[in-house]
Amino acid sequence: MTAAPPPAVEVRRVTAARGLPDHILLAGAVLGGLSLAALITTRLLPSVGAGSFAVLAYLLFLVLYGVLVGLGDNGRTVRDRLASVIVHSLAGLALVALVFVVVFTFLRGREALSHLNFFTSDMQRAGPLDPLSVGGIVHAAAGSLIEITIALLVTVPLGLACAVYLNETTGRLARFVRTVVEAMTALPSIVAGLFILASVVLTLGLARSGLAAGLAISVMMMPIVIRAADVVLRLVPGSLKEAALAMGAPRWRMVWHVVLPTARSGLTTALLLGTARGIGETSPVLLTAGFGSSLNVNPLSGPMVSLPLATFIFSNSPEPTMIARGFGAAAVLLALVLVLFAVTRVAGGRPAGELSARAQRRRAEQSLRELERFTARQRVPMRKPGMWKPDAQPGITEEDHEC
Amino acid sequence: MSTVATTAGSTPPQSPPQPRTLTPTPTAADRAFQLGLRAAGLTVLLVMTTIGLFLCYRGAQALLDAGPRFLTTQSWEPTSHNFGIATVLTGTLLIAAVAVFFAVPLATGVALYISEYAPRSLRRGLINLVDLMAAVPSVVYGLWGAIFLQEQIIPLAKFLSATFGWLPLLGIHDADPNNPLEDQTIYKSSTFIAGIVVALMIMPIITSVMREAFSQAPVGEREGAYALGATRWGMIRSVVLPFGRGGMIGGTMLGLGRAMGETIAVYMIISPVFQIQPEILRSGANSVSALIALKFGAASPFELSALMAAGLALFTLTLVVNFAASAVIARTRSGQLSEA
Repeated sequence: MTAAPPPAVEVRRVTAARGLPDHILLAGAVLGGLSLAALITTRLLPSVGAGSFAVLAYLLFLVLYGVLVGLGDNGRTVRDRLASVIVHSLAGLALVALVFVVVFTFLRGREALSHLNFFTSDMQRAGPLDPLSVGGIVHAAAGSLIEITIALLVTVPLGLACAVYLNETTGRLARFVRTVVEAMTALPSIVAGLFILASVVLTLGLARSGLAAGLAISVMMMPIVIRAADVVLRLVPGSLKEAALAMGAPRWRMVWHVVLPTARSGLTTALLLGTARGIGETSPVLLTAGFGSSLNVNPLSGPMVSLPLATFIFSNSPEPTMIARGFGAAAVLLALVLVLFAVTRVAGGRPAGELSARAQRRRAEQSLRELERFTARQRVPMRKPGMWKPDAQPGITEEDHEC
Repeated sequence: MSTVATTAGSTPPQSPPQPRTLTPTPTAADRAFQLGLRAAGLTVLLVMTTIGLFLCYRGAQALLDAGPRFLTTQSWEPTSHNFGIATVLTGTLLIAAVAVFFAVPLATGVALYISEYAPRSLRRGLINLVDLMAAVPSVVYGLWGAIFLQEQIIPLAKFLSATFGWLPLLGIHDADPNNPLEDQTIYKSSTFIAGIVVALMIMPIITSVMREAFSQAPVGEREGAYALGATRWGMIRSVVLPFGRGGMIGGTMLGLGRAMGETIAVYMIISPVFQIQPEILRSGANSVSALIALKFGAASPFELSALMAAGLALFTLTLVVNFAASAVIARTRSGQLSEA
């Protein structure tokens, strides 16, 4: 008879636990804490440093906030709000510390970095009292690059092969190797340096040089890379490997064509993170590289300084210019690490088997080439014509390859 | 069962299927591949195990010379055969303890923030930032600690020693907080400052283990806690923290192992002393790794041997702590995916 009334437009409920009053309350507590702290430090107590002021203001803020929340809510809510505020501020503190360390290094390094000769000359002609317009860190930069190259030459094949070994074989030995490698990830880097000093330098008689430093870095990097690569390889789906084996591939082809490409992104991440750690290590280099102030590109003889070692040595001097140089070298090193890290995040970080757009395009092209190869082979009968007719074959058609 | 057997009686009884014996016949290339892999694995194993052996071999001379006094002597004078690691070992443990004391609350906060509080879109970036913090070279942290923090921390150290001086470790026996002209260097280069800087360095590893453990707390129980009326903090206390306890302990121990091995940052901050320094706020500290970095430069073969022995002690200590940590983490299944 009468039409049903049109349904009222349902208003979306706000389910957020906190509304405007809560935010006002929080802001009020912050303001109150700051003002109380200001009052206390300027009127009641002798003046104190910025650090003490911050701590005092924070404590007062916590008290005020707890009391204000407690006016309207029960004790459980007060505890919840306080915990939330504390967790947020701890995370903020860590973030601030990281940003501060990075920014501080670049700010103090600016002085040295503004001189172009800092990047083009070594310290051979520069004494501790010379201004920043003389001398530079090209020797350390070259040393760093050479040493990390040596370390990578050792670590990449050995580390990847070991990670594959841990994943492709089962048995007591593989388990033992994994346990040892995991324990070695916490190897103090100075012990890695001592080991190379004891074995390569003292026992084998190689002088302290770039090669020894590179080996020390690789001893330190190896467990880190193996462990990270092991974790990544473990994520390669077993079905992919079994498919490869079922198609008749021998194990090495399976590893080379299926396992490694599938895990490429993760392996890149593992290697780059290892490189970032290795390039910043000071103590193994300190024990094994010797110290010189001139450019030396021969890793077999003569001391070879790296960037972290140069930073360390510069900053041990009381001279302000040397400390400025130390900050300059540290800034260059930090920039290098940041770049490596950014590359890691762009190149890697995908789960196993997930391809970037470019890799997918490459796969598609490869697949088309294979198709052409197959069809070309089908046109040329290679066996007895009667037994094998190209036209009778189902053939591989364009549709089968959805690229 | 029996009726089936009688109706099928006409057919000969079938023996249960026997497993076929599979004899894989790897190709020559495959055998070479397997051999190569095993060689790589063994090489790594060999290198890793010879670290201890070489340190033993090189340190044996000094160890035999010093005997058990090596563990109890405080001074370091190898040339007069009076040396031991009592000072540096205590110093290492004190610095590591201060570092863990500051790093664990910070890491717990960051891990809880990432796994419980942060908006989903921020999480990935925050994890990256924590990883980045682990990749910042120790010499950079050391430089920051030695040049910046050293000066800034004096008021805090002064306040702590004046207010909590009656507590063990925090007092400074010859400091006079009421003297405004007091020499400030007494508060510099101390175990405390080194510990704070090392805390920043070990925070990322602790955070990543803890975060992994926290994020594995089962969703069903989280929702159960909420359904029973728990606040977010109530849920964290009753579900997330108990589930993550193994990860928290394991991560802390992993951090402890890292803290004990840290060299350069500690070396750049402390001013080395050779007697046990239990006043952590007071200038003067030492650690095994700093001792090695300090003394190896002009060392005679015998002194080098003594340093190797000290390195062996550090190596053993970190290995024990790390094994214990990985055992704890493995029990909670949460360390598998953590950053190496």
